[in-house]
Amino acid sequence: MANCLRRFGRLGLISKAKNGKRELYSTTSVSPASGDNTSSTKSINLFTAVNQALHIALDSDPRSYVFGEDVGFGGVFRCTTGLADRFGKQRVFNTPLCEQGIVGFAIGLAAMDNRAIAEIQFVDYIYPAFDQAGDIPIVNEAAKFRYRSGNQFNCGGLTIRAPYGAVGHGGHYHSQSPEAFFCHVPGIKVVIPRSPRQAKGLLLSCIRDPNPVVFFEPKWLYRLAVEEVPENDYMLPLSEAEVIREGSDITLVGWGAQLSIMAEACVEAEKDGISCELIDLRTLLPWDKETVEASVKKTGRLLISHEAPVTGGFGAEISASIVERCFLRLEAPVARVCGLDTPFPLVFEPFYMPTKNKILDAIKATVSY
Amino acid sequence: MFQSVDFPGGRVAFTSEMSFIAESSEKRVKCYRVLDDNGHPMSSRFEQVSKEVAVKMYSSMVTLQIMDTIFYEAQRQGRLSFYLTSNGEEAINIASAAALSPDDVVLPQYREPGVLIWRGFTMQEFANQCFGNKADYGKGRQMPIHYGSNKHNYFTVSSPIATQLPQAVGAAYSVKMDRRDACVVTYFGDGGSSEGDFHASLNFAAVMEAPVVFICRNNGWAISTPTSEQFRSDGIVVKGQAYGVRSIRVDGNDALAVYGAIHAAREMAIREQRPILVEALTYRVGHHSTSDDSTKYRPADEIQRWKISRNPLARFRKWIERNGWLNDEDESELRDNVRKQLLHAIQVAERTEKPPLEDLFTDVYDHLPSNLQEQEKLLRDTIEKHPQDYPAGVPV
Repeated sequence: MANCLRRFGRLGLISKAKNGKRELYSTTSVSPASGDNTSSTKSINLFTAVNQALHIALDSDPRSYVFGEDVGFGGVFRCTTGLADRFGKQRVFNTPLCEQGIVGFAIGLAAMDNRAIAEIQFVDYIYPAFDQAGDIPIVNEAAKFRYRSGNQFNCGGLTIRAPYGAVGHGGHYHSQSPEAFFCHVPGIKVVIPRSPRQAKGLLLSCIRDPNPVVFFEPKWLYRLAVEEVPENDYMLPLSEAEVIREGSDITLVGWGAQLSIMAEACVEAEKDGISCELIDLRTLLPWDKETVEASVKKTGRLLISHEAPVTGGFGAEISASIVERCFLRLEAPVARVCGLDTPFPLVFEPFYMPTKNKILDAIKATVSY
Repeated sequence: MFQSVDFPGGRVAFTSEMSFIAESSEKRVKCYRVLDDNGHPMSSRFEQVSKEVAVKMYSSMVTLQIMDTIFYEAQRQGRLSFYLTSNGEEAINIASAAALSPDDVVLPQYREPGVLIWRGFTMQEFANQCFGNKADYGKGRQMPIHYGSNKHNYFTVSSPIATQLPQAVGAAYSVKMDRRDACVVTYFGDGGSSEGDFHASLNFAAVMEAPVVFICRNNGWAISTPTSEQFRSDGIVVKGQAYGVRSIRVDGNDALAVYGAIHAAREMAIREQRPILVEALTYRVGHHSTSDDSTKYRPADEIQRWKISRNPLARFRKWIERNGWLNDEDESELRDNVRKQLLHAIQVAERTEKPPLEDLFTDVYDHLPSNLQEQEKLLRDTIEKHPQDYPAGVPV
């Protein structure tokens, strides 16, 4: 029941967005790759936006490939629908069920000057590709490929896509948010979109970026988040955060699906006369400290919220960095509203999650500190 | 009633006799060999090698041997931080390289520097990497022996075991898509065959029909772990069939057998667009590395036996000497030359300054992100304040 309520909560927010409240999905900088600024838009969901980006990536670069488990028939989340039919089974294909194999293969393919777009079916299954018996393709291979060869070789054409995060019924192995692990690895970029428009533009940037990127897609929003998305080829900048709601009393920083919960808390806080500024970090590594710093210097307060467990989460990194830069401007301790330090639980998911009211309480406590 | 059923994956016949497949065949898989212990061809049917190629093969094996001896000594004298020899595996190194085309892309493990020697990587280039000076292509970032050379189609060595194997499959898929007249070749050891990446790569290669040749140097030892504690199969060669990969076992101390097997493997990989697995049986005559003393875990006489009576250079030399392609005089001149070249290369490499400080920060990404710019600036300030804390050899 609680799960249902929560899901309706998200749906409600997204409906509001469709009804003209644009603050969550506003886009400040759409830079068309083609230079065509007059492209029409269409109302689509997040998996369709990902699908469009993959179509464009395959269409615009004959050396691009899309592969992973069950990718051939369209993927379990439908992100790769129609790609194999259009571009052929040599460029869009199923792989054996082996995450370390997928990523190892993708690194080799990328190292031969191709764009290798690998799908890990759930980010919960990325760990074998992260660390399996001493073989660490993402951490030890992809991330160090350029550096260790003195730039003689690189696998910059590599993009690893994976659905992440809570979905209401995913339990331990279909709900995790492992972004902090990857943010500890120099040499890769970590990008998480919050909406369909963002997903398409950021994914195309990731695919074309000359560095290996992990791109985590908020699976809860695959169908729920619907937004007007330009039909053309456009890219959104990496390592640039976006202020999606301006305010003067407190800065809230988040990414991905959590932003919709934070946006609701901002709306509630406003009723109590608290003006919240909400920032979507978008790229977690390397991240845009300057935008967060400028905001906190203005508001004097910072709250970070993510689904991942609080201890060692990326919120800790943001907190430390901002305290370093804004110590004398801070009027309250930095607040973190995050997942609990437990495995992601099934029945207890509503208790585990950094919910709207947890955020709202933290906003109030921070502002009245 | 039904004699067979079309299960997913194909029709399978039924039997009323219950029988388990044996864990191993009664006889071990035989090992392909051309030259006997005395360097006589066991048959006239083998892949022929011209005088020019044969002499170059022998010279390269001698070069590898001398390079190992001199670098090893340099490490013992404290001039190098680390080294790792290919002693005993010279034939696998050189003969496999000789059977390939320079266009074939190599993803090495770390005991295959002979492939680079064959392809023309100079003694100076080896020395520059081992000393981590500014001429090292890797910019002084990795331990000695982590060579890599773009112009020689030789990917940079990475220490973790077997990670190169699935990457080789991805690289081979690219070669396949580009319809190149080339294959990808990747090397690993008996220990590496226990890694998940080995199994992932064989399976991927078979399914993707990738033109990749897997060369296993089964030298009996993964640091101190003997193969009896590594696997219970008949070595590596039998693992190919389970994945649908054609395989051969070859005498790794017989240069002509290695040459022939790799030559045939390459042909099949390219013509039939399929992976091939080659298990070369050999013995790691040296210690695992300069950080290891292998007499602690294996008998000295075993090492000596392989070093002396089963030496791959000695056997090949008997054959080319019998062909009249090399005499003692040629050999001593060759050895003198290589030794001189190496000593000179070491002197030059040692004198060459280290890479500049900026190379600490570049190449993490294609461009320097702001966090690294900030960290570089901070570090430079610290160096200015405490220059005594930092090595003088690195230009700041």
